[in-house]
Amino acid sequence: MKLDSKIPEGHISEKWTNHKNNLKLVAPNNRPKIDIIVVGTGLAGAAAAASLGEMGYNVKAFCFQDSPRRAHSIAAQGGINAAKNYQNDGDSTYRLFYDTIKGGDYRAREANVHRLAEVSGNIIDQCVAQGVPFAREYGGMLDNRSFGGTQVQRTFYAAGQTGQQLLLGAYSALSRQIGLGRVQMFNRHEMLDLVKVDGKARGIIARNLVTGEIERHSAHAVIIASGGYGNVYFLSTNAMGSNVTAAWKIHRQGALFANPCFVQIHPTCIPVHGTNQSKLTLMSESLRNSGRIWVPKKKEDAEAIRAGKLKPTQIAEEDRDYFLERRYPAFGNLVPRDVASRAAKERCDAGFGIEANDTNEGVYLDFSTEIQNKGKQAAYAAGNHNPSAEEITRLGKKWLEEKYGNLFTMYQKITDENPYETPMKIYPAVHYTMGGVWVDYNLQSTIPGCFVAGEANFSDHGANRLGASALMQGLADGYFVLPYTVSNYLADDIRTGKISTSSPEFDEAEKRVKDQINNFLSNNGSKSVDHFHKRLGLIMWNKVGMGRNAEGLKEAVSEIAALREEFYKEVYVPGSADELNPELEKALRVADFIELGQLMAMDALQRNESCGGHFREEYQDAEGETLRDDANFSFVGAWEYKGDDISKEELHKEELKYEFIKIAARNYK
Amino acid sequence: MASKKNININLKIWRQKNGKAKGQLVDYKLDNVSTDSSFLEMLDQLNEQLVSQKQEPIAFDHDCREGICGMCSLYINGRAHGPDTGITTCQLHMRMFKDGDTIYVEPWRSRAFPIIKDLVVDRSSFDRIQQAGGFVSVNTSGRTIDANAIPVPKDDADKAFEAAACIGCGACVATCKNGSAMLFVGAKVSQYALLPQGKVEATQRVLNMVRQMDEEGFGNCTNTGACEIECPKGISLENIARMNREYLKASIK
Repeated sequence: MKLDSKIPEGHISEKWTNHKNNLKLVAPNNRPKIDIIVVGTGLAGAAAAASLGEMGYNVKAFCFQDSPRRAHSIAAQGGINAAKNYQNDGDSTYRLFYDTIKGGDYRAREANVHRLAEVSGNIIDQCVAQGVPFAREYGGMLDNRSFGGTQVQRTFYAAGQTGQQLLLGAYSALSRQIGLGRVQMFNRHEMLDLVKVDGKARGIIARNLVTGEIERHSAHAVIIASGGYGNVYFLSTNAMGSNVTAAWKIHRQGALFANPCFVQIHPTCIPVHGTNQSKLTLMSESLRNSGRIWVPKKKEDAEAIRAGKLKPTQIAEEDRDYFLERRYPAFGNLVPRDVASRAAKERCDAGFGIEANDTNEGVYLDFSTEIQNKGKQAAYAAGNHNPSAEEITRLGKKWLEEKYGNLFTMYQKITDENPYETPMKIYPAVHYTMGGVWVDYNLQSTIPGCFVAGEANFSDHGANRLGASALMQGLADGYFVLPYTVSNYLADDIRTGKISTSSPEFDEAEKRVKDQINNFLSNNGSKSVDHFHKRLGLIMWNKVGMGRNAEGLKEAVSEIAALREEFYKEVYVPGSADELNPELEKALRVADFIELGQLMAMDALQRNESCGGHFREEYQDAEGETLRDDANFSFVGAWEYKGDDISKEELHKEELKYEFIKIAARNYK
Repeated sequence: MASKKNININLKIWRQKNGKAKGQLVDYKLDNVSTDSSFLEMLDQLNEQLVSQKQEPIAFDHDCREGICGMCSLYINGRAHGPDTGITTCQLHMRMFKDGDTIYVEPWRSRAFPIIKDLVVDRSSFDRIQQAGGFVSVNTSGRTIDANAIPVPKDDADKAFEAAACIGCGACVATCKNGSAMLFVGAKVSQYALLPQGKVEATQRVLNMVRQMDEEGFGNCTNTGACEIECPKGISLENIARMNREYLKASIK
């Protein structure tokens, strides 16, 4: 198979404009004759469904939650980037493009990223027109803040709930189209297979999660916007229902899966507390503006802290190791996510972790310096040039509360510790997946008529995503890319007519789904689905996590293959097929996670280099930094499904060409 | 973490096969619950126990488990989202309970939220209210006007944001003795009423959303204020007052 990325000719700044001028159109009177399915209603899916509905197509949208407004885009905290240059600090489309390529450690496709930067400003205009209440300054203009890996203020935000506000904006646009009858919404429905007719995507099989009914839905094109696959690790910051099933099913039907090993492990999450833990909670990256990350310099202090004999506040300043400031003086605590995460792991592996959990994995995020600095500033601003120590502390805490109050409260609710008095404990956790279904410049997978958008595709973030870029990509794909490229594809379908669901292809896909469900429900096993999911998660975290090596990855490949066999033999799924059955839903999802997990290990094993979030221990310099190998690994690794035995998957390579950016080593020192 | 300890609890949980079946409270006993667990992790633990005994686990809605998606619900010991304020059920922790406690767990109770199974209810009535008018009618183009072309006073923007922070969980309805959705609808009407973008359609919006709210079978507001107390996002009663003003204005136009 030859991968054709379909990148348009011309200068990088003209590619998208020229491409749009050459794409085929569907006239308004023909659009009602055409059906489109959208799976997932997060930023990418809701934006696409709303926009295509407005254009006049018949859209059917699906989500597994009870409402499209629940999609996990809602949980994004920090913000959304856009090259508006409202702060006059020298931002431009080119700079956003450059920062994103560099942040991704030169493993993203130039043309896609440039397009993303080009439409970023339109996103903000669109959202404001919809009534999204972004933060504003006193003059009534939009406010911005900084995020990691950049030197400008280009992040738009709505307190710590930017994802929520953007998703509710897209949801309102979608709701309008549902009300107008242009989009038909299927809540509590899960896509369980793709139907191909003559090689083209022509429909899906979905399960009504309330009645259990297996439904056939046909369309002229199918858009998958089902999010990322972080839950393959069991513990992640993803929602409990976030899953890879829609993306994996199209993979099994022929769509290549690209760079599965590129996973973002976010440095500031609340550490694991116990074996019954179901998920991990993020503490926004913005906290690294005010907090200093440290562990004790002496191992015996770390041990005493874990044993409860010593408190962090009792450790003297000179006995603290502010390891990010020590290793990366130029960026300090604001190095990119992958760098910060690895540094925390390095200290904990060396025995300096402070959390009293099974693995001692935790470091401090300390606000005491900021309390002193801001407290003093506030006292001076109020005219008190000789404030007492108590006054400074009081004012400093007040400043923190105004800035991060909701996050501090959230932390206290979860941990029962007061972060104003004692440092937060944090540790990296799985957060976002840069890998995903391979798509060309039109966001079309290797299956004609099957498009993939948002976190579910692989295209824009390379080996590491910068903060505040995921929301940008989801909305860019849904609002400003798919309406053009899907129409171009559908221009050949205006005479096709309704796609019948009474075809052998639909029969076959439905049978695949029903067989799988029946197999689970009639299985004579004794272990729960979660039992297997947790075991998979442990293998993934230990061997395909923050630090990877060839030996561990080989073990992971065979352990996961063995786990898959045991899963099908030993899993017990209660209940029946014709009712709301959450255990069955989980079983169907975990089956796909297990297969994907094996592929992730294989992908990490073939990539003999370290880049972005992919750290192979064999490929590091004397100071423990990543060693990229551009001569041999400047490609997208896209895997082709070859049957149930995942080890048979075939790797295809799309060479990455950098025509407009000069490749360099990432340096944050 | 701070309090490493385990407790044993008794649970009385509402079980109901489906929307048509009759439901009842069923007794369960669960030992060794970590007080660091969230309430939903406790239910996970109970479900693991039930599955291991080949019994059917308890169905409950949940997703993000960090208090923002609005999918989790539950009436716990007679309170929406349980015995703590400013949080959703997924943010409630077992340290709020004592060893030996008996905990009552019921679904949202409201005519407009019919039960689907066990603790799972159907809140699609909220979606239909939103579809009736909870939007600004602007098509996708990205070429409306520049985002900074219309300044919005910070105070208005902040108030609109506070109203827009509603997560649509339905605690307001569940806790209201009248089963009223006016805090939910008031928040959405307010968000747009406070912003210049929303003014053009203000009249139709409030009329359409209120009409749909009534059609869905929600009750009326009698200013008790229970909704505000149980709202996990602190949505203020002011929003109901603002909606009433908007409605009055629209009605006499």
